[in-house]
Amino acid sequence: MPVITYREALRAAMSEEIERDPNVLLMGEEVAQFNGAYKISEGMLAKYGPKRIVDTPISEAGFIGMGVGAAMLGLRPVMELMFFSFYSVAFDQIFNNAANIRYMSGGLINCPIVIRGPANGGTNVGATHSHTPESIAAYHPGIKVVVPSNAYDAKGLMKSAIRDNDPVMFMENTILYGESMEVPDGEYLVPLGKANVLREGTDLSIIGHGRAIQMALKAADLLKEKHNINAEVVDLRSIRPLDEETILNSVKKTNRALYVEESKPFCSVGAMVACIISDKAFDYLDAPVKRLTSIDAPAIYSPPLEKLQLPTVERIYQAALETLK
Amino acid sequence: MTKKTTSTKKPEVAGYNARQAPINAKLGHDELLGLYRDMVRIRRFEERCLRSYQQGKIGGFLHLYIGQESIAVGCVSVMGKNDHIITAYRDHGHALAVGMGMNEMMAENYGKYTGCSKGKGGSMHYFDPSRNFWGGHGIVGGQIPLGTGLAYALKYKGLKGAALAFMGDGAVNQGAVHESYNLAALWSLPVIFVIENNGYSMGTSQERSSAGPSLAQRAEGYGMNWDIVENGHDVLEVRDKVAAALKLAHEKSLPSVLEIRTYRYRGHSVADPDTTYRDKKEIEEYKSTKDPLMVCQSALLAEKVLTEELIAKIDEAARAEAENSAQFAEASPYPTVEDIKKDVYWEIDNPADRKSEGALFFD
Repeated sequence: MPVITYREALRAAMSEEIERDPNVLLMGEEVAQFNGAYKISEGMLAKYGPKRIVDTPISEAGFIGMGVGAAMLGLRPVMELMFFSFYSVAFDQIFNNAANIRYMSGGLINCPIVIRGPANGGTNVGATHSHTPESIAAYHPGIKVVVPSNAYDAKGLMKSAIRDNDPVMFMENTILYGESMEVPDGEYLVPLGKANVLREGTDLSIIGHGRAIQMALKAADLLKEKHNINAEVVDLRSIRPLDEETILNSVKKTNRALYVEESKPFCSVGAMVACIISDKAFDYLDAPVKRLTSIDAPAIYSPPLEKLQLPTVERIYQAALETLK
Repeated sequence: MTKKTTSTKKPEVAGYNARQAPINAKLGHDELLGLYRDMVRIRRFEERCLRSYQQGKIGGFLHLYIGQESIAVGCVSVMGKNDHIITAYRDHGHALAVGMGMNEMMAENYGKYTGCSKGKGGSMHYFDPSRNFWGGHGIVGGQIPLGTGLAYALKYKGLKGAALAFMGDGAVNQGAVHESYNLAALWSLPVIFVIENNGYSMGTSQERSSAGPSLAQRAEGYGMNWDIVENGHDVLEVRDKVAAALKLAHEKSLPSVLEIRTYRYRGHSVADPDTTYRDKKEIEEYKSTKDPLMVCQSALLAEKVLTEELIAKIDEAARAEAENSAQFAEASPYPTVEDIKKDVYWEIDNPADRKSEGALFFD
């Protein structure tokens, strides 16, 4: 199986879908001539031409809203936000228009748009460029939210997202863009809403999404090595829809849960998952559900400090030990 | 009449007569009657809505189109099969003009399941994609990028059509509108930005909200065509100017901004007591000299297209149609609690075609 990066996986997914469906196009700032600010779309303009790969001005409210309108009339635009943080500039277009149009029209209209881009901290770009708005997006009924943590998922989820008839917020990670793994050639889909048990275990469920769940795997190795603790690691992959069944089955098996994510703690995905576990698996719990998030402040610039503000392997490891006390 | 900002647009050709414009010269008896009838239907519908609102049958806001009927009717009357339309929350006139029925509209106002959006949208959010009508939008200026996207999709698909994106004079200061202007001009999109300038953005007059010599002229900054319909109360003048903009869009894929001067007789919404920002005399003066229905009626009487008898008949039919719609709405059922969670996700509404797994709702 070929080994490709997360970046190449995204490019392959979009390319395959552009070749499959004439209504699919990629739009965004610097996606065409510049080959993508993060080179996700490198070479795509040369291959597919300016009708399918479209450079936009720096005008997120305008071009995201335009994509929503075009989707209403049957196109399937994939809109790149150079940083997902810039979603706030297009907030009204995403959460009033894309999210609500089906509902307010009594089901007459649907909006098959994908809005994608990196949503992560850890690159020393300060608070404005480091937002992780998965819970903010998932708060809105009508919206779907996907957060792939590896190249295999990035490709399969992107293809599913493009074919989805509802608006999908697809949140990537610049630090993962260069990470490689084996990814099969050609067609495969990863369905939205299907969690992935990355590591089986019996003593504790570490559940999470995005880059933090990759760190959780390393923390699980440490737990095994130092304390002979078998942690199960569950990658949600998709926030809305949410695979409650896999979460609950894991917790029922291990009786302890720790949620890890890069977001801030207030109303985070972990808060929601903790609530679901306490609602539906309370009797199976031997300890309160614990959460490990970024430290609750705007993203700090200072490079060594930003590393510590985000989840780290060490912090996840310590949080897991506390859950097991 | 409110003090209008001076237009810097080239003056009309001397002796301009909208009736003689090519798009109007060919209008036959039935077509002229149709324009008049549609305007009367809008007014009677709006009056009936007001009564229902006052009776407590309609919730929330109610933005009436009374005084502006010539715009929706004139614009829609020149649209072709690939032309699309989108507007803001003062959307009843456009909905009737595209052919939506009073029953489904009134039922929507009443929050009933038989409404055009099953009672989920309300007065501000009517839709009928089968008639190329894409809403009905609540946030000032928020629909303008969507209208630009409709034009983008038309051009992408190679269809000879255009999008008419309507907004009020209050929308022109929203960033999303300017971003749309830029995108439309940059990419030569077939979109016509129609500003229905009724002089007031809610309770704030144009002079108190918008800089510059005219609202339409801002298009120049984007190298876009623009024009002003001074006599927005004249349905034929509206038709002539919109047809010219549509021609540019259809034949050259060029966008334009069209500012249509008009006036609303009622408050911004029915909840607006309309006592703080304008004089009643201003309303009365407009009504007595520029009422769109009256102006059309006089012209058609002079042409002998209308007779007093026919006027009464059309009026009576429109009143009855509106009255029936209120009865229909009254008799219709409300949506059920189960309906609240329908029409949120396409996949939930089409379970046989669902590809995703997991929970989409969390209550």
